Amino acid sequence: MSEPIRIQADETFVLNVGPQHPATHGVLRVKMEMDGEYIVTAETVIGYIHRMHEKMAELKTYPQYYMNLSRMDYLGALGYCHGHVLLVEKASGIEVPERAEYIRAITVELNRIASHLFWFGAFVMDLGGFSPLMYALQDREYILDILERITGSRLTYSYYRFGGLYNDVDEQFVESTRKFIPRMRKSLKKYHRLVTGNIIFRKRLEGNALLSRETCRKYGATSAVARGSGINYDVRKNEPYSVYPEFDFDIPVYSEGDSMARYKVRMEEMEQSLRIIEQGLDKLPEGPIMPKKPPKIIKPPVGDYYQAVETARGNFGIRLISDGTKNPYRLKLRSPTYSNMHLFDESCRGLLIMDALALMGSLDLVIPEIDR
Amino acid sequence: MIVEKTQTALAVLFPESTTDDTRTEAMEEAPAKEEEKEKKTAEPRKNGIVLKDYAVHGYHVDIQLDSSQLLEAVAIIDSLDYFIESITGVDWIKEEQMEVVYDFSRYDFDLCRVVIRTRIPRAQPNLPSITSIYAGANWHERETHDFFGIKFEGHPHLVPLLLPEDADFHPLLKDFKA
Repeated sequence: MSEPIRIQADETFVLNVGPQHPATHGVLRVKMEMDGEYIVTAETVIGYIHRMHEKMAELKTYPQYYMNLSRMDYLGALGYCHGHVLLVEKASGIEVPERAEYIRAITVELNRIASHLFWFGAFVMDLGGFSPLMYALQDREYILDILERITGSRLTYSYYRFGGLYNDVDEQFVESTRKFIPRMRKSLKKYHRLVTGNIIFRKRLEGNALLSRETCRKYGATSAVARGSGINYDVRKNEPYSVYPEFDFDIPVYSEGDSMARYKVRMEEMEQSLRIIEQGLDKLPEGPIMPKKPPKIIKPPVGDYYQAVETARGNFGIRLISDGTKNPYRLKLRSPTYSNMHLFDESCRGLLIMDALALMGSLDLVIPEIDR
Repeated sequence: MIVEKTQTALAVLFPESTTDDTRTEAMEEAPAKEEEKEKKTAEPRKNGIVLKDYAVHGYHVDIQLDSSQLLEAVAIIDSLDYFIESITGVDWIKEEQMEVVYDFSRYDFDLCRVVIRTRIPRAQPNLPSITSIYAGANWHERETHDFFGIKFEGHPHLVPLLLPEDADFHPLLKDFKA
């Protein structure tokens, strides 16, 4: 009988995760140098669905470019649209009616819950539990139905306009959203019973893939990644915009820095978003949804403008350098997951591959948004 | 307040400029537009610190400096606990210059967004890399290299990130033809 092949103790091999791999949720590739089951180094390769949105911005006018925004983060498109309209309104001095801003905030929060629900299902599925995804999608479908009725599309919304909204919400929207709030609260309890306390789930996440505050700062991480590492940072609170100062809500922060902390932050964020929606519906003022004279041609004055918003995935920044014409001279999109994903290379060193995939899941990746 | 603190910390970079040069735009809110137009057409902006009106522009401190001062400035920013937002370029083709814009912000309720700009000649776009200070600058610099062809000296791995691995074109240059 021949001897089995022995691998030398210091020998490593390269494992290629992706570009087509279920755990990456899109076309993302990670080249991992492995020592057995442990990762020695990792290099993330992105750009497989890069579409050069920033060049398109220079070629199109502002209203023409607006629909591109919802094609980046297809799970939380309204957050992106919100950033763009706020920026253009700020740059060209367009006043927005209060009712429009309230409806924007309500729809953004609904979209945030939908996005987090999908993340929740996909994340638990990454860890080997299939059923929660089905429950999560059921609730998410409810939100998508509400949003589809008023915006006209299921995912790639282009609902906002420079100065207001495409159309007003009606009684049915208010009623179905009000019905959704207790339903979602009940569902969240169910999710916590089903998943959060599960011993397998906890053992896989607690103390796994620790991210320090310093790592987050050096990489510019935001969203639940930062808030799971003890950083109390949310653009809605730190740099208030729109009507968010009117609402009473909390920012969940955990200091553990492990994947469980990131999970808990997102789960609590859904509760906080429900609070914002509830208050928004109560306070929803009557009035117009567009200014009396919306500008026909948008030409922001020469200058450099910046707007940050908190999307479902974190701090989305958008910079406009205008030369006073119909097209932006330069438009920079600062995508939150781009920075969040960047810290993966450094943080996954020395982890087991299954822990690294749990870390990747907890970052909440949407690849078209990284690649832009 | 962190805005003043940042301003004084960065003032060491501009020893010759006195307080008159450190303009506050809030005082000249109305002619802000004209002033900017003038800046673009007439004389190029001098290096120095400008405080911007947050409500109009969305950031607080705007610093323009020479590329040789970049690492020093970023080290000061780092010591003040800022996190890196993004790095990007702008192609000023008429002036034969390339601008690189660095954005920083803080995990804090005391708001201060800092923008550092530096201009380099378009024919020779070289800049020192800040990856030794902010590890997260790695991808941002690679992206800027992809789009504008700006070479970041000292970058550990300056190969195309978003563009194909054999890309030798820079799509955000104003004279780029597909």
